[in-house]
Amino acid sequence: MRYSISLGLALGCSIAESSRFARKNYFYPDLAKNYQISQYDEPIAFEGEVEVELDDGTLVRIPIERAHMEEDAGKLTHVGGATGRIQGAEYSLVDYNRAGVPLVEIVTKPIFGAEHRAPELARAYVGTIRDIVRSLGVSDARMERGNLRCDANVSLRPRGQEKLGTRTETKNVNSLRSVERAVRYEIQRQAAILAGGGTIIQETRHWHEDTGTTSAGRPKSDADDYRYFPEPDLLPVVPSKELIAELRAALPESPAVFRRRLQTEYGFTDGEFRDILNANLLVEMEQTVAAGAAPAQARKWWLGEILRIANARGVEAGTLISPFHVSELIALVESGRLTDRLGRQVLEGVVAGEGSPDEVVKARGLAVVSDDAALLAAIDEALASQPDVLAKIRDGKVQAAGAVIGAVMKAMRGQADAARVRELVLERAQG
Amino acid sequence: MTDLTRLPAADLADLLTRREVSSVEATRASLDRIAAAEGDLHAFLHVAGDAALKRASEIDQLRADGHDLGPLAGVPVAIKDVLCTKDMPSTAGSRILEGWVPPYDATVVARLRSAGLVPLGKTNMDEFAMGSSTEHSAYGPTHNPWDLDRIPGGSGGGSAAAVAAFEAPFALGSDTGGSIRQPAAVTGTVGMKPTYGGVSRYGAIALASSLDQVGPVSRTVLDSALLHDVIGGHDPHDSTSLEDVWPSFADAARAGASNLALSGLRVGVVRELHGEGFQAGVRQRFDEALALLAAAGAEIVEVSAPHFEYAIAAYYLILPAEASSNLAKYDSVRFGLRVTPEGGGTVEQVMSATREAGFGPEVKRRIILGTYALSAGYYDAYYGSAQKVRTLIQRDFDAAFSQVDVLVTPSAPTTAFKLGDKIDDPLAMYLNDITTIPANLAGIPGMGLPIGLAPEDGLPVGIQLMAPAREDARLYKVGATLEALLHDTWGHPLLDLLPADFGRSRAGATGHASPAHLVPPPGPGTEPDGGTA
Repeated sequence: MRYSISLGLALGCSIAESSRFARKNYFYPDLAKNYQISQYDEPIAFEGEVEVELDDGTLVRIPIERAHMEEDAGKLTHVGGATGRIQGAEYSLVDYNRAGVPLVEIVTKPIFGAEHRAPELARAYVGTIRDIVRSLGVSDARMERGNLRCDANVSLRPRGQEKLGTRTETKNVNSLRSVERAVRYEIQRQAAILAGGGTIIQETRHWHEDTGTTSAGRPKSDADDYRYFPEPDLLPVVPSKELIAELRAALPESPAVFRRRLQTEYGFTDGEFRDILNANLLVEMEQTVAAGAAPAQARKWWLGEILRIANARGVEAGTLISPFHVSELIALVESGRLTDRLGRQVLEGVVAGEGSPDEVVKARGLAVVSDDAALLAAIDEALASQPDVLAKIRDGKVQAAGAVIGAVMKAMRGQADAARVRELVLERAQG
Repeated sequence: MTDLTRLPAADLADLLTRREVSSVEATRASLDRIAAAEGDLHAFLHVAGDAALKRASEIDQLRADGHDLGPLAGVPVAIKDVLCTKDMPSTAGSRILEGWVPPYDATVVARLRSAGLVPLGKTNMDEFAMGSSTEHSAYGPTHNPWDLDRIPGGSGGGSAAAVAAFEAPFALGSDTGGSIRQPAAVTGTVGMKPTYGGVSRYGAIALASSLDQVGPVSRTVLDSALLHDVIGGHDPHDSTSLEDVWPSFADAARAGASNLALSGLRVGVVRELHGEGFQAGVRQRFDEALALLAAAGAEIVEVSAPHFEYAIAAYYLILPAEASSNLAKYDSVRFGLRVTPEGGGTVEQVMSATREAGFGPEVKRRIILGTYALSAGYYDAYYGSAQKVRTLIQRDFDAAFSQVDVLVTPSAPTTAFKLGDKIDDPLAMYLNDITTIPANLAGIPGMGLPIGLAPEDGLPVGIQLMAPAREDARLYKVGATLEALLHDTWGHPLLDLLPADFGRSRAGATGHASPAHLVPPPGPGTEPDGGTA
């Protein structure tokens, strides 16, 4: 209930002085009780607005109709048959693990006039909701795990017509990218039907990630009779004004404000900052900087090596390593104890679960050799096999030092600071 | 030696505490009595003899080891089959839950166990608590120990008959529209429906969530109070459970029994719930009880509750509506009976066949009623209107309690009717609950206790006391006083008159209108008053 109120407040909603749960009665095996506890005519939060930023920086206000609490239903898997649907399936499996888990359903009002940007806006809106939910600590809001889900309603109408066209509701959209794709597909499908003189059937449609298409599900009729009545096992929710004030005071800044503040603080260009947003790493960035790292370094590591590993493994970068460890790693590099190259090896170790950066450095013996005597010995050995180098340097061809530095670094198995090696080589040349 | 089964729970508990009697002895006595009487009564659906003796012996051991046990530790108790018990089947009297053993204990059962009480078994009831006679049990009716041809009341007829027939000292019941108080009335026992929210409903198989309340059934007011003290109080598993800290109901009952003066107590007689339509013998015993209260100093006032006449109509919309939803879970998918149509079928066909085979006619009737009442287009006219009536009835009670401290009515319009008399006339069956339903609609506590035998049939008559919500202790105090006044008048508890042959000889001989029962003599074969004062 506290999470729902916080979320309602973050969506700019009014919080109901009293809201009630209702029972939605229907026979279907996704809930063992054959009714769903939901909120019907008295949602806990209503009439709000969220600001959504499109890729080019355009701001769009999305009106929120309501946010209500309900329990999740179980997950049905239909086995056999052609399409994974219940019709024609040989049998169905029911996973009740999520049945009864509380969730909040946020309903927008119809969003008019997005036109060709509707798919992008839909994605940006769901992304904003995800950021809000995460910033409140309500949920990880990972779409691929189903803890953030989206039913996208789409309808078309001729320019100038007031009445909305018949809508379809697309389910099974499991990533931000899919939201955009599914809405685009559904717009094109409906447009083709309407252009051919056909009519749209009001129905639930099912998104197929693999084919990038939707297929018809259950016809959605307004005549479904769920026999709603007030849930007698639960008391009405009557939050005190004090509780609402307390939760309002505890709200984190909105993701939009948060973003603007961080961009200014970090001194990033729009482009540099958008890369972070697109990689969904803003929270990680913020925590890494808060732990002591310089913004530029934090950005370099997160968008560089960490994102590369994440993409290679097909996981979210934020799941690989904690911001605290990234900050520790950056500090090791900045202090000269690690080179960039060694830092990447330490990162591998942390990602592999070998411990904190410090622990990986110790376990793998990866610290930079900072003993000048050891470095000089290696330099002299390299110079001995390349006797012409010193003369070239003395003739002003400083780049000749590169061959010696490379040999030294190889001899030290990379665990040396190349800049220091260069300094020492030049000192030797000056005699 | 004293017949342990005849002792009130409080007296048995004292003997156990003093280690003059062991729990194994007390439990064995109850089990022996059950074995002897069940052939006639069928009060139990499940008797857990071995488990009860094992638990009793554990309690005896704990006591021998010097552990400080609760005041009722070692006393046997019967449990209505509507309550979930993880070691016994819990069927709610329905075929659809035949053999189902829940994975957890109802909160009230867990509290019984941790207080050291010894569960004897599960008692019979109308299917899903729908009925006033136990004739709607899928496992056959319970018989009234005062007359085996008659109903023991319902839905909790099993608990009431078991307690009246000395099979158990006391029992748990549940009361949605009178299922504790009406059986108490027709079996000569005491039954208490607590304030709604006073006792946890967690693990009580739901009939109508906004009306259901678990409560005690016993032979004395003090015993109900003792049991209520154990099961009552807040339960975080039940959102409708009150967070109140309750006074000791046993203390209230003892206070009422030790000071019989009622001066200053204002007793309201509900004009709409006595007189016409009530059996002559019921009216007579009720008026005598009022006279006893008045003689003890109470002021008797007539009050009006003009909306009570709509109570049954409202109740039979709210209850079926909630029940139609609460009973939707019995669909074979997750648990319970499964009936697959010949040649297999879709999930809808399996659900349908299961519910067709698993539910009895009264349950189907109410599911259909409730489904209809909640349907789009009818909701406002039926469920919506019924909720408004409910509010009006609550206001009637508010107005009445601004004038009086307790309200009294007969517990039921008649004494026990004959098995089969009303089974084909649902409306007549429903009307039997006219006195008890208003308390459920308003959420207030109601207590039923015996006030004698009706002269015309020699069968028990009960009085119902009602108090404002949260004033359960007031009922225990006043109830214990009235009980003591009645015992003083009779010279013994009413159940001393229970016929040893359960009325078989009387039914066979002259029918039921023996004038001898005007002033009831001690029943044949009953023990002399064995320490039951």
